[in-house]
Amino acid sequence: MRAAVIVFPGSNCDRDMRVALRQATGRDPHMVWHRDTDLPDVDLIALPGGFSYGDYLRCGAMASHSPVMAEVKRAAERGVHVLGVCNGFQVLTEAGLLPGVLMRNRDLRFVCRDVWLLVENAETAFTDGYEAGEVIRIPVAHHDGNYFADELTLRRLEDRGRIVFRYCSEMGAVAPEDNPNGSCQHIAGIVNEKGNVLGMMPHPERLADPLLGGADGTPMFAGLAKILGG
Amino acid sequence: MRAKVTVMLKTGVLDPQGKAIAAALNTLGFAGVGGARQGKVIELDLAEADPDKAHAEVDEMCRRLLANTVIESYAIELE
Repeated sequence: MRAAVIVFPGSNCDRDMRVALRQATGRDPHMVWHRDTDLPDVDLIALPGGFSYGDYLRCGAMASHSPVMAEVKRAAERGVHVLGVCNGFQVLTEAGLLPGVLMRNRDLRFVCRDVWLLVENAETAFTDGYEAGEVIRIPVAHHDGNYFADELTLRRLEDRGRIVFRYCSEMGAVAPEDNPNGSCQHIAGIVNEKGNVLGMMPHPERLADPLLGGADGTPMFAGLAKILGG
Repeated sequence: MRAKVTVMLKTGVLDPQGKAIAAALNTLGFAGVGGARQGKVIELDLAEADPDKAHAEVDEMCRRLLANTVIESYAIELE
């Protein structure tokens, strides 16, 4: 699997993403600056977490108009896999590659802790390394992770299995007290209709090495490497 | 020409910041505040002098960048 990590001014998880991808594939991903307009030929594009453009106007709004994003959109249309984590998820919604929007957290606080996620759909390239119904521990660190979409969109996501991760308890029960940000339907991650673009607020790259205190994020990168080759 | 764009969350979209503002005002003794909504105002200096053209241009700016129409509505005033 050849991968690229897009670096925006204000990205701060780009190097963690690089390490996670390198561990899964054995080769260094391309680090692509947001002003670049030629994207290398890759199987996976990762939009990392951070505070691109200082979250000016709305989280991800400025980054979604970066020169490189036109290329990312074209690649996504061709079927290249795109993974957006945290700020990357916000950029994907602002760019129109995923529906809905990430709003200010319900309690207006920055939430930084490990959460439990229920893997709802293990049929995507991103979740091939997990089992459906599996509960994994992944950290969140965000101020604007409260997923919102209109009812029709939510129903469509639900009906087509496009809600990939939901916040849950350690035992896998989905309830408001385990939802860190107030997201509609406890949504932590969704995929697009074709299944090649995934956005999620939690950070799998931050728990992808036992040295970091856990490796529940590793199967995502290993699964992607297996499905997308090498 | 100057344009003033007011961006507000659409009715029905939960506004936790507005709720916090209303609660804070109640705490300060302003018991008559039933609710508050928070938005933003963006002022633009425009080269365009024709009001109709300016309005159309700002409308496109709103749709493409200034507002996220999934959750926000906007109003344009020209001065």
